[in-house]
Amino acid sequence: MAFLTDRKRAMGWGSAKAGTEHFWSMKKSSVALLILIPFFVFTFGAALGGTYEEILAYYSRPFPAIVAALTIVVGFKHFNDGFQTLVEDYVHGTMEKVLILLMTCVSYGAAGVGLFAIARLAL
Amino acid sequence: MADVNRGNRPLSPHLQVYRPQLNSVTSILTRITGNALLIGSLMIVWWFLAAATSEEYFAVANGFVTSWFGDLVMFGSVWALWYHTLAGVRHLIWDNAKMLDLDSAEKLGWAVVIGSVVLTILTVIAI
Repeated sequence: MAFLTDRKRAMGWGSAKAGTEHFWSMKKSSVALLILIPFFVFTFGAALGGTYEEILAYYSRPFPAIVAALTIVVGFKHFNDGFQTLVEDYVHGTMEKVLILLMTCVSYGAAGVGLFAIARLAL
Repeated sequence: MADVNRGNRPLSPHLQVYRPQLNSVTSILTRITGNALLIGSLMIVWWFLAAATSEEYFAVANGFVTSWFGDLVMFGSVWALWYHTLAGVRHLIWDNAKMLDLDSAEKLGWAVVIGSVVLTILTVIAI
């Protein structure tokens, strides 16, 4: 015991597992969304309610399509990171891992579907 | 020496003994709005998929999203989105160790609550 330093004892426990990586990832995606969200709300909001032809024409334009694609990718990454924190706070043990894995599948799955759809609309 | 008394420490009092305050309520609402936004997000992804698939499928998804129920979800999502965005800005400010005193934190709390309502009304008017 006397040969173990405090640092060595802390390694792999608590926040020492991945340091501030999760916090920094959240911070990066939140700043990105701060820019993307207003653009998305007002482009998607303008399109919603239009006819099928109008939607096809609108989302074949580069700006609305790129904004939607970026918002979906960064948004679901941010959501998944946030959901992980929620689970880590309230659920422990096997269920904790299962829920994080499940929601990771949902998040990346939804982002993949969204990207495919926007690519198909835009091209 | 690091703490060796693992798992046998007294617990601090938690939620049930505190009176709800602006700070605690706005904090929990940040978490609730962020996670609830999954519903609206999945609806939007479905709407995009339907639009990319066929006119018939688009009619189904668009009909649902623009129905009274869809409108309700979208309206709630717009508020949740602005609330979560403003609350996020508050965290970005706090991360720099700014405005952490009670007075400033209280002001930021009201700014988030009132700001989210104002932005929601503006969004609904603009769209």
